[in-house]
Amino acid sequence: MLTKRIIACLDVRDGQVVKGVQFQQLRRAGDPGALARRYNVEGIDEVVILDVTATLETRQALARTIDAVAREIFLPLTVGGGIRSEDDAAAAVEAGADKVSVNTAALRDPGLITTLARRYGSQAVIVAIDAKREAGHFGVYVRSGTSAAARDAVEWAREAESRGAGEILLTSMDRDGTRAGFDCEMTAAVSDAVDIPVIASGGAGTFEHFTDVFTRGHADAALAASIFHYAESSVADLKRHLREHGIPVRL
Amino acid sequence: MIALIDYKAGNLTSVRKALSAVGVDFVVPDSPDVCGEAAGLIVPGVGNFAATEAITSEWRAAIGSAVERGRPLLGICVGMQWLFEGSEEAPEVPGLGLMPGRVARLDGDAANRLKVPHVGWNALDFTARASRLLRGVEPGAPVYFTHSYAAPVTADCVASTSHANTFSAVVERDNVFGVQFHPEKSSDAGLQILRNFLDACR
Repeated sequence: MLTKRIIACLDVRDGQVVKGVQFQQLRRAGDPGALARRYNVEGIDEVVILDVTATLETRQALARTIDAVAREIFLPLTVGGGIRSEDDAAAAVEAGADKVSVNTAALRDPGLITTLARRYGSQAVIVAIDAKREAGHFGVYVRSGTSAAARDAVEWAREAESRGAGEILLTSMDRDGTRAGFDCEMTAAVSDAVDIPVIASGGAGTFEHFTDVFTRGHADAALAASIFHYAESSVADLKRHLREHGIPVRL
Repeated sequence: MIALIDYKAGNLTSVRKALSAVGVDFVVPDSPDVCGEAAGLIVPGVGNFAATEAITSEWRAAIGSAVERGRPLLGICVGMQWLFEGSEEAPEVPGLGLMPGRVARLDGDAANRLKVPHVGWNALDFTARASRLLRGVEPGAPVYFTHSYAAPVTADCVASTSHANTFSAVVERDNVFGVQFHPEKSSDAGLQILRNFLDACR
């Protein structure tokens, strides 16, 4: 049976892992290679490297970080945050990324999704959607959540799929870093609207939150950062908990 | 020395890193002649079956002749699908035809929330046939898949995997091997499978 995936996110700035609350107040959480090594031993299913400062991190610095992580783990590795063009995607792939995650650039030029899917295959293209609750729908935001895109998350996810995206990484801006739980309603709304896998992100605080997002939230995978970084909870403990609650996971 | 065949479908970085990690001496040949000198060949692949059209008749002949002389061949993902006669994904493009059968689109199952593409970790269910490629791998071991098409379970299948339908995850016929999943992304089980292929090349 296909298992539900647990994905660790490394938010990277200046070669170091950092973590903020609702996209602000970044604090340091450690060395990317060392964290990836620990997660691999604990049984993480995938790793995502997100360049949280997007436009500030130079391509070379990001490539060094990707390489440092890729040499530690033989798991799917996604890179996102600084991918503005086909060239940026190519640089990430050359450095060792199996998938690239596009966000702002895909909204500005949705053709980029198709270009990347043709070059690397749909399985290598994740469209990241940052969204929050607004009157009657889930509104999409860009530029690390600083400006409204005037798009609906469900409708944009459908378009991304039709343009060749292989997965959707859906982040609740309302929940990011709050540890108040995933936005299961939003995740289910998007997951039910597309055939490609949806990765839920934003709000993981307890093991029950993961159970919720895999049941009520219809998520195919769940991504978290802070819950794992500070070694409060191990990935192995989380997976045992999920299995005890009837969620299929890789142990 | 192993030849890693690059037909420009997707990128080879992950496969290269995994081969280096298990200590393999490999080359990415720019001419089909090199296939004759290799101890074994790997055809990787991601994306669409149509991309295998870039493996020209010269390459097909060189790969086919190496296999005939007993050199082990491993197809990964689309590379495995290419070992069969062809695929529903690109019916006009012929496979290498070393394994009987045609690749078909996976079934989905909306009621049970089983999506296509099939992305993630799923179990290897060993068949009754002995396998060189799966030596030291636990039955039921999870490996990483990402695909929408797959080969049927035939006499060559040594491990199957079930999503909405059951398909061949590992095939083996004499010195020809194929894996639908990505061993280079499947942690310890994946590296063990690559090591087993290298042992077959010795």
